[in-house]
Amino acid sequence: MTDTITQAAPFVPDFGDEEEAGRIAFVCSKGSLDMAYPGLIMANGALESGMEAHLFFTFWGMDMITKKRQDHLGFSPVGNPATHMPAALAPMPGMQAMATHQMKKQIGELGIPTVPEFLEHLKDMGAHLWACKLSVDMFGLEVEDMIDELDGVLNVSDFIEITKGAEILFI
Amino acid sequence: MPVTTIAGNEIHVDEEGFLTEYDEWNEGLATELAKAIGIELTEGHWKAINFLRTDFKEQGETATLRRVAVTGGIPTKELFTLFPKKPARKMAYIAGLPKPAGCV
Repeated sequence: MTDTITQAAPFVPDFGDEEEAGRIAFVCSKGSLDMAYPGLIMANGALESGMEAHLFFTFWGMDMITKKRQDHLGFSPVGNPATHMPAALAPMPGMQAMATHQMKKQIGELGIPTVPEFLEHLKDMGAHLWACKLSVDMFGLEVEDMIDELDGVLNVSDFIEITKGAEILFI
Repeated sequence: MPVTTIAGNEIHVDEEGFLTEYDEWNEGLATELAKAIGIELTEGHWKAINFLRTDFKEQGETATLRRVAVTGGIPTKELFTLFPKKPARKMAYIAGLPKPAGCV
């Protein structure tokens, strides 16, 4: 179908430069591979849309920003019917390593960066990365244990103040 | 498909205004497209645009921001300076390509 509309004024995409793009915050509370990526990918999309984005890492999500652990996040098929794997097979020895390897391979094939590279990329895009004070204390972490891209360690009320008016997603 | 005229160039665009015909693009048009969205092209812009054009021809799809940074070798921060706020879409527009379909 060809419906030709010839306009007098040039038709140019509206990139919304005049509008306020808004702010968004992601609370990353999980340390498994499959739950680490959603926050990273959505933050990436928000930043590409010109939004201000904050990521607040808490509890198991601390593994995402802990130098020693961030490149070793795993994926377990146990208790996850969406893997379409017989439930009795999921807890077998070696299954978690295999499932993790497979997921990392698929993610890599799609050109999606590893968790450490992704955080660097988000930082370059202007993301703000925060660690949760209570989790830092609970896991006995020092600043040097966490990635250099971190903006700081915040308690919850500071995080709430900093992200005032932002949309907040808990993952 | 809508047809619009930019600086005397008649071009086919999609419903958002992105060019749909790879071969309707030329460097002179790129300068006009950039101007239409408030960007004056410099050497840095051209590096990104040329990468996008070549990569599209090879891959059949518009490179994402991450790909321009990693494969094209232009740091992400620089892309945000060159094409403020929405670099992936703005550079695709100026390069006469559809906006990137990939998420990352």
